[in-house]
Amino acid sequence: MLSTGITSAAYIAAAVLFILSLGGLSNQESAKRAVWYGIVGMALAMFATVFGPGVGNYIVIALMVCIGAYLGMVVARRVEMTEMPQLVAALHSFVGLAAVFIGLNADFELANVRQLLTSGGDLDTLTGFGKKLADKDAVEIAILKIEVFLGVFIGAVTFTGSVVAFGKLAGKLSGTPFKLPGGHALNAIALLACIALMVLYAGGAGVWTMITVIVIAGFIGWHLIMGIGGADMPVVVSMLNSYSGWAAAAIGFTLGNDLLIVVGALVGSSGAILSYIMCKAMNRNFVSVILGGFGGTKGPQMAVEGEQIAIEADGVASALNEADSVVIIPGYGMAVAQAQQSVSELVRKLRAQGKQVRFAIHPVAGRLPGHMNVLLAEARVPYDIVMEMDEINDDFPNTDVAIVIGSNDIVNPAAQEDPNSPIAGMPVLECWKAKHVFVSKRGQGTGYSGIENPLFYKENTRMFYGDAKASLDKLLPMID
Amino acid sequence: MKRLSASKTLISFFYPGANTALMELAQSKGASVIAMDMVPRISRAQKMDALSSMANIAGYRAVIEAGNNFGRFFTGQVTAAGKVPPAKVLVVGAGVAGLAAIGTSTSLGAITYAFDVRPEVAEQVESMGAEFVFLDFSDEQADGAATGGYAPVSSPEFAAAQLAKFREIAPDMDIVITTALIPNRDAPELWTADMVASMKSGSVIIDLAAEKGGNCKLMVMDERIVTDNGVIIIGYTDFPSRMAAQASTLYSNNIRHMIADLTPEKDGLIVHDMEDDVIRGATIAHAGEITFPPPPPKIQAIAAKPKESAPVLTPQEVKANEAAAYRKTTRQQYGMLAVGGALMLLLGAYAPASFMQHFIVFALACFIGFQVIWGVAHALHTPLMAITNAISGIVVVGALLQIGSGNFLVWLLAGLSVLIATINIVGGFMVTRRMLAMFQKS
Repeated sequence: MLSTGITSAAYIAAAVLFILSLGGLSNQESAKRAVWYGIVGMALAMFATVFGPGVGNYIVIALMVCIGAYLGMVVARRVEMTEMPQLVAALHSFVGLAAVFIGLNADFELANVRQLLTSGGDLDTLTGFGKKLADKDAVEIAILKIEVFLGVFIGAVTFTGSVVAFGKLAGKLSGTPFKLPGGHALNAIALLACIALMVLYAGGAGVWTMITVIVIAGFIGWHLIMGIGGADMPVVVSMLNSYSGWAAAAIGFTLGNDLLIVVGALVGSSGAILSYIMCKAMNRNFVSVILGGFGGTKGPQMAVEGEQIAIEADGVASALNEADSVVIIPGYGMAVAQAQQSVSELVRKLRAQGKQVRFAIHPVAGRLPGHMNVLLAEARVPYDIVMEMDEINDDFPNTDVAIVIGSNDIVNPAAQEDPNSPIAGMPVLECWKAKHVFVSKRGQGTGYSGIENPLFYKENTRMFYGDAKASLDKLLPMID
Repeated sequence: MKRLSASKTLISFFYPGANTALMELAQSKGASVIAMDMVPRISRAQKMDALSSMANIAGYRAVIEAGNNFGRFFTGQVTAAGKVPPAKVLVVGAGVAGLAAIGTSTSLGAITYAFDVRPEVAEQVESMGAEFVFLDFSDEQADGAATGGYAPVSSPEFAAAQLAKFREIAPDMDIVITTALIPNRDAPELWTADMVASMKSGSVIIDLAAEKGGNCKLMVMDERIVTDNGVIIIGYTDFPSRMAAQASTLYSNNIRHMIADLTPEKDGLIVHDMEDDVIRGATIAHAGEITFPPPPPKIQAIAAKPKESAPVLTPQEVKANEAAAYRKTTRQQYGMLAVGGALMLLLGAYAPASFMQHFIVFALACFIGFQVIWGVAHALHTPLMAITNAISGIVVVGALLQIGSGNFLVWLLAGLSVLIATINIVGGFMVTRRMLAMFQKS
């Protein structure tokens, strides 16, 4: 058995390792080391807890850890890189659910301990957490109850929200926003009800308040995320990431465990920053994304003049064969069509001819922050030719060919030209400044956001219709 | 024309300005007549603009004809047998034909100059590799966009300045190609007899405006003449026909696009939509009425909006702005610190000491989190989410602390929590590792 001091020391080490692990993600090389810091930190924390004071039922622990580890391994091995957004959302929901369970447990234990205290039973039979509870005075108990409440509330919102996000990302639920009549007023009422229940609970009402809160918070999570459209998913996933962190921190307060608090705060701030970056990349504020729908527009959108001119693979091939510099702009459509391997092959062929080929990645391309980077990495595209928006936007006028693969809003010139556009002011990739632009797209639709894209009507734009993968495969043999 | 009837549609070159009698005949028959030469010059109609496609051929052919009649190389050469200077070509009028001529001429290696009354085409001319001849004339010229993409009639002062410039450069030029036309008017005289007289023997003038009287009044329509000082002047009007196969291919494509626009349902039935800018503009007779001249198109031809230049800030203003921004952020920070501090005080006054201890840890961890996460590369945001997922599995610690409880329900829920948190931990770390291993340098 490890003493409390040793356990604390292990926790400190684990916390430091976690911080190093997140900090290591500042570049691709140190990141490979960083993940090991995280793993070691976690192993340390679990070991210290399991063999620390006041833990029993080792058989159950061993069994559960083994099953969990096996399941985790299977999932991690099987998941396709295009399915990363779903996986991340699913994992968030687990954290939320665990937080709800632990919060409930804290409440049960509390009831237990109080019963023992009032009946004057033997306090020595209590283990770990129970002992701590027995030492608390009235104010501390009240605070504890609020902490339990917050943990359960955030946990439940995270759980149902993540389940809905998972459903939307996996295509099991429709990506279009859905709201019950009453909209956000309903959410506000639900929130008020929860606060009222918290007051009741802190005042000594029974466990039923907690159960009701779980149900109501679950409803809020479900309703909130149902109201958000597919294109805003990067923000939603980052936000849920943040929530799962805050839920862990709230549990940490409940249990008086500093490690949980530290990790929860790290994860919570990480998710918050990601959400902020995503919102900034769409020029919208966080509240308007979460409340769903685009901000109000001031007038009619600019009419689009001209027509979409189609082109066949041979036309694209001859332009590519003549080009010296090529920029490829991937979007969610590339992930849907699983076209990353074909893109990678195209890049390999073009680079073999000594052409400059680069990728331009918009911060909100895809359904997860950094989604495109992972897909391209999977297809063995070297990361040093994958550029961020700010790095490459000034280079478009010197680019011969820009290829847009399955992206739409992030290359929409209306964001700059039309002050009445719903995406006015959003930073976009200025691909239309390239000499030729080819847009690989299924058909003439307007995509997720339903905003007309003047890029498709520009004189230097040609539409390369068809499934992205099929089109690229047709194109590949013509590149020489 | 006599065989036309109300149900028939004629698509052809028509020159309605010059063929009023024919137009009236079509009106009396009630037939619809679409004049290919009347297709408005807007971007949507480019694919059926037969004038442009023919002018393109004419421009190309003009240079080839000139080369045929010109006794020297276009490109300058230094050979063992001596040095050959490059030919100097002047193209007057940088419309479609003019630009085609410029392109052909530069690609043959000649030094090419170009002139146009619309100064805004200078950019296009230079992009084709020619040098734009600028006039020393300050008066603003009307924008071509207002007149459907054609050059407007010039003022007398401007015309004088223009001729003076030509007179100055005429002796240097080996080949002159004039393409200046104004719709429904005679061609302006731009290359006068004295300019021809000042040119070297063997020089060539190609007048693409010959049909409308020519930019050089010495020319004879459809003929090649040689002046007394040995300058060859060509006034052919059939340049497209001299490249018949090419001209037919392009023209038939123009017609096909026109028919495609006329039959929106793709069922072979012509729907004569007089609301459509292109069809309205090209139609000169429809349903027993003469519809020429058309109203001006609803859409302006070329968007040549004057550029709005951003106001340039003086260094003082820049400094002032920076100082204001600095003050603003300072105020914001002070404000936030004050509010935060007040909240902490309030909390500290009521919360027990044990809570405050944990709260210190929490606040510091948030700060560390913010500092660390800002440094994470954009490209690694997905691995970041996966790894934060894995480490938020730390709630397993909470579950582990509870699992020893004697209460069955607590034991069950804690056990389940351990299970799902472990999935998170193992799944999260493994998938992060998988992703990071994929990132590689070239």
